[in-house]
Amino acid sequence: MLVASAACAGEIVLNSDQSDPAPKKAMEQLIADFQAKNPDIKVKWNNFDHEGYKSAIRNFLTADAPDVVAWYAGNRMAPFVKAGLFADVSDVWAANGLNDQLKSAAASMTIDGKQWGVPYTNYQWGIYYRADIFKDKGITPPKTWDELVAACAKLKSAGITPFTIGTKALWPTAGWFDYLDLRVNGYEFHMDLTAGKVPYTDPRVKAVFAKWAELVKPGYFIENHAALDWQDAMPQFVQGKAAMYLMGNFAVAPMKDGGLKQDQIGFLPFPQITAGVPVSEEAPTDTFHIPSGAKNKEDAKKFLAYLASPEAQTKINETLGQLPINNKSTVPDDKFLKAGFEMLANAHALAQFYDRDAPADMAKAGMEGFQEFMVKPDKLDAILARLDKIRAHAYK
Amino acid sequence: MGTSSPALPGFWKRNQRTFAPWLFLAPGALMFLVYVIVPVFQSVWISFHDWDGLGPKTWIGLGNYVELLSDDAFYTSLENNVIWLVLYLLAVPAGLAAALFLNQTVTGIRLYKSLFFFPFVISQVVVGLIFTWFYAPNFGLFSALIQALTGTQVAILADERLVTYGIIAAGLWPQIAYCMILYLTGLNNINPEQIEAGRMDGAKGWHLFWNIVLPQLRPATFIAVVVTVIGALRSFDLVSVMTAGGPYGSSRVLSYYMYEEALSEYGFRMGYGAAIAVVLFLIMMVFITFFLIRMLRQERNS
Repeated sequence: MLVASAACAGEIVLNSDQSDPAPKKAMEQLIADFQAKNPDIKVKWNNFDHEGYKSAIRNFLTADAPDVVAWYAGNRMAPFVKAGLFADVSDVWAANGLNDQLKSAAASMTIDGKQWGVPYTNYQWGIYYRADIFKDKGITPPKTWDELVAACAKLKSAGITPFTIGTKALWPTAGWFDYLDLRVNGYEFHMDLTAGKVPYTDPRVKAVFAKWAELVKPGYFIENHAALDWQDAMPQFVQGKAAMYLMGNFAVAPMKDGGLKQDQIGFLPFPQITAGVPVSEEAPTDTFHIPSGAKNKEDAKKFLAYLASPEAQTKINETLGQLPINNKSTVPDDKFLKAGFEMLANAHALAQFYDRDAPADMAKAGMEGFQEFMVKPDKLDAILARLDKIRAHAYK
Repeated sequence: MGTSSPALPGFWKRNQRTFAPWLFLAPGALMFLVYVIVPVFQSVWISFHDWDGLGPKTWIGLGNYVELLSDDAFYTSLENNVIWLVLYLLAVPAGLAAALFLNQTVTGIRLYKSLFFFPFVISQVVVGLIFTWFYAPNFGLFSALIQALTGTQVAILADERLVTYGIIAAGLWPQIAYCMILYLTGLNNINPEQIEAGRMDGAKGWHLFWNIVLPQLRPATFIAVVVTVIGALRSFDLVSVMTAGGPYGSSRVLSYYMYEEALSEYGFRMGYGAAIAVVLFLIMMVFITFFLIRMLRQERNS
């Protein structure tokens, strides 16, 4: 494990967790381009693995801070902001016109009216479906809840499980809850709920689960999903045993690796439930920040400014296969990303994801509750009562 | 250290026997003090605070312990630890049976012994992964077997009623091997004259085993029980690898719950985690005290 050492003038130390091949490559390119543009600044990059990074960041922010760190928007950065470990970078935003160019993610980067980092990529969530199976069974992609339930019934009677899901790691359940809540009650209610302002025993929360039960009770999800990771649930989709998968856009690559062709996969935004609720979407955002203890803040700010620029975001997302935040960037030429960009550009608001919008202990308990509900929908009242008990101390 | 060191000749010579053992113990004792004893007290200290590991610590006295008392997840973990403790002890008789079975002279017995001992040598994480695949629905051997027998699939690790037993079964595999080795060594040290004498008096089979062999294996039994009890209470790696405490927290044990609350992605409640650790420590202390008293008593008697 590399340790951030004191950087000399003209050197910035950057810590991040881009251990997967595509992000690693994107990062290498970004650093090379930045150094080409700023020959007097050298970037020293320490790359960590995902899991290790989550605890390592707490250590190096307090002990020996690098100049730039990778992290996430919304509530995931809140503890560091509140502990005074992230530096305020509002000046970078103001000097580079970012309030306009990064508008879509501004809310999730702002705490107490200041910006604490720079977002550079996100990706859409939605329902990926087997276009060939839909065509074969004469199903048109559903736009409303009733159409979705009807499509599920049709698939089920044809011996195909409508939805695949793997809930072992819990977070896939949160995708479902978020989308149902965004469609039943809307973004503002969802934000109030994840901010702890609404009890989980509220009838509006129960309404969300009532909709969910319409898919759980008839067996529209695959069996034994609690024993599977999200990747383990993929073969069902690829083999055509299941026809739909609510997932982030990163699921497309394994679908293609599994042997599906581009035209066998379709993408549809999560159908409307309550008429008149403005359509919001899930779009988890990755970010870079400057720690308060950074030794070379001046050059670190140059790096963030470069990272925010349209051309840098175009290039990095080209490699990542994700969406740029900067509205002057070009979207990679890919049918799913184009559809996702279209969807996010027209969204009323963007949620970060349950485990980034809610504080950690609430998120954990909440997702366990969602998983339990998907296995035992009848225990709903007990689950919600338990969640409310946790809410009482999670938002102190 | 020359043999005729001029410094403090009289004093050193007179007290050499008293000091030497302490000098030899010093490095180890110092390490133990700094890295084990002091942290134990530090954990207790942290457990009286509300602390996220970053900001300042806030003193809340027994607040964490009060919260524990009304925490469903804590009771689930405690209950699972009890199940672990009871079932894990099966490793002792099972290990003894395996040792008796392997304690014979046939060709290739060494190979069989090695194969039986093998699970203890591989890492617990690997054991966990192997069993996860073994139980996995759709492609696991166990699940295929159940399907062939009953026609329905059972996902052990996704079923809250079965999951803890499924993990314990995985844990027993290496634990039995360990107890077996302890007993094999014990069997090697058995006094053959006593066996002969027993045989002459007409003791056979079960009688011989129960009255003559087993008493001589007492030291091995003692160690096997101690190691198994402690192993059951600190079970962590298998739970972490196989289920991460799931489904919905039903396979949590105390040590994993402590890790979740204090150190995992959704935790960072250091005080609360420390309180769980203290409770686990106290439970262990009950057993360890009991073992120590027994050991000291035996030492005195011999």
